[in-house]
Amino acid sequence: MAVAVPPFETFYDTHKDGVLRFLRNRVGHERADDLFQDTFLRALGAYERLEHGEHLRAWVLTIASRLIVDEARREQPQVQLPTEPGTEDARPAFEELGPLTDGLPPKERAAVVLRYGYDLDYDAIGDALGSNEQAARQAASAGVRRLRKEKKQR
Amino acid sequence: MTPVPALLDERFRAAAAAAGLLDLAYDVLDETPVGPLLVGVTEHGLARISFDPHPEGQLEQLARLYGPRVLRSARPVDRVRRELDEYFEGRRREFDLELDLRVAPEFHRRVLEELSHVGYGHTTTYGALAALAGSPRAARAVGTVMHRNPVPIVLPCHRVVGSDGSLTGYGGGLDRKEWLLRLEGAIL
Repeated sequence: MAVAVPPFETFYDTHKDGVLRFLRNRVGHERADDLFQDTFLRALGAYERLEHGEHLRAWVLTIASRLIVDEARREQPQVQLPTEPGTEDARPAFEELGPLTDGLPPKERAAVVLRYGYDLDYDAIGDALGSNEQAARQAASAGVRRLRKEKKQR
Repeated sequence: MTPVPALLDERFRAAAAAAGLLDLAYDVLDETPVGPLLVGVTEHGLARISFDPHPEGQLEQLARLYGPRVLRSARPVDRVRRELDEYFEGRRREFDLELDLRVAPEFHRRVLEELSHVGYGHTTTYGALAALAGSPRAARAVGTVMHRNPVPIVLPCHRVVGSDGSLTGYGGGLDRKEWLLRLEGAIL
């Protein structure tokens, strides 16, 4: 059996501190500690299906972001998330962003999904991508440009 | 840096095992009379005991053999830990553990099965074991099987000696073999 991803222990050991910091920055210590375990349990559940070991940091922080959003949604059901894509400001729902961004290079895809799907700021996305705010901004806008171009061609 | 507090870390590791999400759980038993031991357990049973205490070097191999979801987690290893402790204290003569020998080749499994019948405090020879496994001329091959024994101590390859009674060799080093045989009273 070919191992495309590192042993989970290695993955966990490499990213656990970063995930906890990311969560604490976003939701505070107490909730972060709960979400920490959920994040890595979800990662573990999906780990076998990963086809390669690239961008694992962005991957696990995307899981963490999704848990934050899910939790916020449960707590504040009155908040309506915009679901109509099309205008400049509209934020497509997360579900729609997945398939939409399938064709993007991984970094751009992660930046677009985290920005427009999960509403993270560029600082946090920079964290997730292991780079910085500026690089995250560039990756997201490059991704959006590419999506526009593809849309026109269709 | 935000170092993960030990409690949070241990909680996740326990939850991962409890959720049945691991291909292999391992722990390092730091203080045994034969030095640190790495013990690996799958859902099928004990899969690995290793005298090399540095798991980092072995994780890739374990992941290749059993699947990528390899994680250190103390609880799944508890039973093996307890039985080994009892053995080292001279209070246990037989192990009552399920073994996971899936990854061993068929000849190895046959030899290891015969090995499992060599009792506490007794010794046998490579040639005798080869004969029992149905390949009387395969003493050297049996030596290789012993050397690659995935679960030494529990499958007692330390009880296999040369036909002249010399200790010959041991994957974990001759000192350990001698110590184990002395513990069992097989040598004085």
